[in-house]
Amino acid sequence: MKRNPSVLVGCLYKITLCAALLIGSNCTCQKSTPSAQQDKLVVFAAASLREAFNAMGEQFRSTHPNVELTFHFSGTQELRTQIEHGASADIFASADLRQMDKLAQQGHVLPPVIFTQNKLAVVVAKESAPHIQKLSDLPSASRIAVGVPEVPIGQYTLQLLGRMGAEFQTRIEAKVVSREFNAKQILAKVRLGEAQAGFVYRTDALSAPELAVVEIPDKLNPVVKYPMAVIRNTSHSQLAQAWVDFVLSEAGQSILEDAGFMPLETKHPIGH
Amino acid sequence: MRLKFENFTLRAVGFLLAAFLVFPVLALFVASAPRELLLGLQHPLVWPALRLSLLTTTTTTLVVVFLGTPLAWSLAQSKRKGIQFIETLLQLPLVIPPSVAGIAMLLAFGNRGLLSALLHPAGNSLAFTTTAVIMAQVFVSAPLFIQSASSAFRRIDAKLVVVAQTFGALPWSVFFRVALPLALPGLAAGAAVSWSRALGEFGATLMFAGNLEGKTQTLPLAIYTAFTSDIRAAQAISIILVLVAFALLLLMRVFMKKAERKFDGMP
Repeated sequence: MKRNPSVLVGCLYKITLCAALLIGSNCTCQKSTPSAQQDKLVVFAAASLREAFNAMGEQFRSTHPNVELTFHFSGTQELRTQIEHGASADIFASADLRQMDKLAQQGHVLPPVIFTQNKLAVVVAKESAPHIQKLSDLPSASRIAVGVPEVPIGQYTLQLLGRMGAEFQTRIEAKVVSREFNAKQILAKVRLGEAQAGFVYRTDALSAPELAVVEIPDKLNPVVKYPMAVIRNTSHSQLAQAWVDFVLSEAGQSILEDAGFMPLETKHPIGH
Repeated sequence: MRLKFENFTLRAVGFLLAAFLVFPVLALFVASAPRELLLGLQHPLVWPALRLSLLTTTTTTLVVVFLGTPLAWSLAQSKRKGIQFIETLLQLPLVIPPSVAGIAMLLAFGNRGLLSALLHPAGNSLAFTTTAVIMAQVFVSAPLFIQSASSAFRRIDAKLVVVAQTFGALPWSVFFRVALPLALPGLAAGAAVSWSRALGEFGATLMFAGNLEGKTQTLPLAIYTAFTSDIRAAQAISIILVLVAFALLLLMRVFMKKAERKFDGMP
């Protein structure tokens, strides 16, 4: 007996359709069980926090074994836009005060706390290290990577260059070959040797031991404050607060210092 | 009765996907006031990016068509065993993620890439240049053209080629005077999709060419840059991109319809 293959395909199609409908209806049932939700914590964090937060996450998971902790690392600006559009985050850790202020003004987050500090450094690819040893050597580089002015690392770099004088700034700007979207991308371009030098956070510089680092004098170097806040409409506020407390605790702070962040003098809320 | 019901169900199911595809594009146009969009168009990123996008994608399409047509013809003509393998290999850039494409380009053509000694002995790599943008676009868009062009060449009646050869036509004139005119609609369609793919290229460009206004910042990169500060501007640039892509595809469709009619009318 000959069978028409299209009949078979048609059957398969119908089965798939029914299965899809079944799965669809199943899913909605599962979602409404409340117990599954209580143990999830989603942390949105600036890309520069990746190493430190991952290390903290391990400790946090050992003390909270039932919690499903998820990190989402990205540029601060991007995270802010996602939160404004209702991304389901519980915590937002920002590399920029202004971004956090805007979210607070719009009522998206509870009052933030500053939990750590960072500063800038210039990383130099190893081939170029002999020629670029101090900040004043930098204009001799031919390919410099910076952040777009819209993201924190780009803004802080502009601040730093502004303090170095207009003439120096124009000489550096003339050598900029790419404006990246976060500090990690700048670091990657220097690590690959595509850019000779790049402006990144000190913590990024420490995470790449194969690169040479040009120190920036403290009086010129902008202090980068990191605020963190609980998202207002979170359904896990207790757990979120536990995370904030852990980050501010001695254990949390020492992990941050290991990653190259600078200690806080006092735990001060934003408001100064 | 049953016939009607079944037809209706099929259409209703199909409509779901159509609605899902059209709705976000519609939202792009509807979600803000026209005045805001006009303000978005005045964003300083818009015009340099549009100019660069048109320049690079045009160059890319020319390169792809010029080099891809002979390649597609050879593929279509070849009767060798390994041809399936080679064609699959050439299709790979279509399915690998853009980030992988970016890394692959860096490892091949970057400062420390495999070809660095050959391409740029002085150490000034192609990365961060407009050429890098075009290379990234060719890499991701050429497979679409090759696919469409080689299947257009395969659809040509083999007898026509044999007849031309019997009358003493050399390979070049078989290609230019028989195959090329017959495959033209397929080639044009291939060029159009490959062009629109180049226009949307983002990931590989960002990784290999970087992001600098006027030099490597194409429309998709400008959208992403604007997105980090001002979603309205990002939306406005997105609309330009959608309109340009839509106009391009529509133009090609009209052109193809005309070409097909012309060929249908031939004896």
